[in-house]
Amino acid sequence: MQRLSLAGLAVLLHVLWADRREIIGPRLRDGAITLGILHRLEDLPVGWSDTAQEAAQYRVVPRADSARFGHVTGPLSWKRWLFLPEEVLFRAVRDDQDGGFTLSATPTAPLRAFLGVRGCDLAAIAIQDRIFAHDPAYCARREATLIIAINCLEPGGTCFCASMETGPQARGAFDLRLTEWLDAGTPSYLVESGSAAGRKLLARLPIEACTPEDQARVEQALAQAATRMGRQLDTGGLAERLAARPGHRHWQQVAARCLSCANCTLVCPTCFCSTIEDRTDLSGTTAERVRRWDSCFDLEHSYIVGGNVRADPAARYRQWLLHKLAYWHTQFGTSGCTGCGRCITWCPVGIDLTVEAAAVAGSEA
Amino acid sequence: MNATPGGADPALWLPEPWRIERVRRELSDTFTLELQPTAGGAPLRFLPGQFNMLYAFGLGEVPISISGDPEADGPLVHTIRAVGPVTEAMRRLVPGDVLGVRGPFGSCWPVSGAEAEGCDLVIVAGGVGLAPLRPAILHVLRHRQRFGQVCIFYGARTPADILYRHELRRWRGQFDLLVDVTVDRATQDWAGRVGVVPRLVEGGGYDPQHTLALVCGPEIMMRHTARALLARGVRRERIHVSMERNMKCAVGLCGHCQFGPHFVCRDGPVFRFDVIEALMTVDGL
Amino acid sequence: MVEIAGLDRMLLEHPFFAGMAPEQAAFVAGCGRNVVVEAGAWLFREGEAADQFYLLRHGRVTLELRAPGREPLIFDTLGEGDIVGWSWLLPPFCWSMDARAQTLVRVVALDAHCLRDKLDSDPALGYALLRRFVPVMGRRLQAARLQLADLYARPQGGRG
Repeated sequence: MQRLSLAGLAVLLHVLWADRREIIGPRLRDGAITLGILHRLEDLPVGWSDTAQEAAQYRVVPRADSARFGHVTGPLSWKRWLFLPEEVLFRAVRDDQDGGFTLSATPTAPLRAFLGVRGCDLAAIAIQDRIFAHDPAYCARREATLIIAINCLEPGGTCFCASMETGPQARGAFDLRLTEWLDAGTPSYLVESGSAAGRKLLARLPIEACTPEDQARVEQALAQAATRMGRQLDTGGLAERLAARPGHRHWQQVAARCLSCANCTLVCPTCFCSTIEDRTDLSGTTAERVRRWDSCFDLEHSYIVGGNVRADPAARYRQWLLHKLAYWHTQFGTSGCTGCGRCITWCPVGIDLTVEAAAVAGSEA
Repeated sequence: MNATPGGADPALWLPEPWRIERVRRELSDTFTLELQPTAGGAPLRFLPGQFNMLYAFGLGEVPISISGDPEADGPLVHTIRAVGPVTEAMRRLVPGDVLGVRGPFGSCWPVSGAEAEGCDLVIVAGGVGLAPLRPAILHVLRHRQRFGQVCIFYGARTPADILYRHELRRWRGQFDLLVDVTVDRATQDWAGRVGVVPRLVEGGGYDPQHTLALVCGPEIMMRHTARALLARGVRRERIHVSMERNMKCAVGLCGHCQFGPHFVCRDGPVFRFDVIEALMTVDGL
Repeated sequence: MVEIAGLDRMLLEHPFFAGMAPEQAAFVAGCGRNVVVEAGAWLFREGEAADQFYLLRHGRVTLELRAPGREPLIFDTLGEGDIVGWSWLLPPFCWSMDARAQTLVRVVALDAHCLRDKLDSDPALGYALLRRFVPVMGRRLQAARLQLADLYARPQGGRG
């Protein structure tokens, strides 16, 4: 572990820019911590916090210090840059001579760096890596992306990464991992590399040595953060219990509140459902196939010839929760939830995944 | 950069152009296309029960099971029922026209594995559900000596809705096949059986203890047929059914065809009945 | 006497009576006779008195409904080992459909008056017979429900 001063952080950004990487990171916009392109160090949300999140409640408030990463997760997640909200999968041109067609697929994969990826979101990226393991465009973008993770020392009100074992320490596929440390309100950054690319990058930065005490303090702070989660979820036997209870009355009780608005699936960093649309120009000579984010809360999502399977909102909510917390294990060998808490915060009626899952898991019927 | 996902498939989304060689009208709304790759090249290798995604230029892509002989070097054969704009457009295609083909995808009928060796086979189809079973039947005919009794039970709506009529007649003429056809309703010109297809299963003609059953048709028909098979003593894990859901990507990443924990496109469409039995009676799954 | 002895053996060989006590079979056989129906001939017509109960031994029978201006609708066929008709059990003992021999048909016809008297006089026999009837009725009701679902109808509003 080494240390980077605030000025050192600026150097990190400049090095990335010099490598022609676009840096995506947290920014304050429209009263929320969102993710966007950073053009200068000051684009980071200096002295802002959004940790006081609750079901259907989100506010940014000024901090007493000048922390750059003193917030948690806002409505956007990184999937927006890897699994695009809308993407052309191929273009096709009709061949006049023989009635056939020619296809072209040119996935674009700009060089990027993600700055400030938290444990929950790093786990979410790892999950989507498995889902899209064969998707050429996803893989190309993923390979062109450098990940600079950040450890969470101040969990938010809807966070439960400790329950899902994805945080507060960022673990897994990062290139660099930062811990923001405040001394008298001024931040510096403890930094570790997690890959060869990370080590090379680190070698170009003005790093300072860091003491065993620094290291111990970080570990202690992380351990404390794990005890201050706003939410928790008992995952022991959860998947089995949920899957065994498709007829539980609680599904109808949630459905009475659920608006089927799909906010939860849009803010979720692992939700991957998409719809595919084919279209042509007016002359019918060129066509394209577009993939767009879809949601299991959309009635059409469960279309089969003759009707929609999940006509009832209760069936749609059940599909979402069972998929996320139960079926995902069978499909991808992991939970589909990383405990980021976004679905709780951004549900307009305050439906709380941790509460609903516990209600179904907690009683037989 | 860091741990990268391996195995990107550049052709994952790209249909290959295939040219229609022959079109056969089967029923009022059902037709069969025989296709060859436009670029020449090898025939498509597939297993009985698998499906392809067929792409009508600019209109859309639909999952259609493969109906040809899996061991013949002939054309790619698809029998399609026109039920929406894409399949309606396909019905209007003529020899020389081009379709996009992506596949094959999905699981298969277990007719070539050890579990079928020496068994009686009960093949039950309803309506156009005969189309996904045709490759399995052709496989069985080709390797007839590997099986015990072979029963083909087929149910259609009316006599006019019987798919592969000539072929069924030919199969019925074979001494080593028990072929029985029933329709839901008929008039005097029909000299065959009337009644639902599970009743054919009740009639026997096979040894339930040593039977492998393959069932394809509407979900209700498959459930009732499976129950009739169970009542005769066929074991749950020896019954296989083919599920229908809305396959859009066919590679398990668009989420549309989920059926409980299963992606029908990848883990199915052919499932062992005991694996999905409980799911089949959950509303709205 | 010879014919009756032949009939109770026929009854016991028919799946519907299989396993029944021989003395009960002999008792029931007293109501029966062998009948051959030519292909195309009627076993009974809708509205007629249901005074026979048929055990189908050979051939196939169609069950039909008539509608004015249309060909009769065949909604079920019965074959070897099936039974034909239960209207003789239910007041007002009147057939609710047509039954026609699709092929040459051999049946054992049991006289319904005779059989009803015997079932009434011997409740144990009546119960034994009903226990055989109910599963048959259940299966046919189940099949009728499936037909009602019109499983293979062309779906409307498909998108693919």
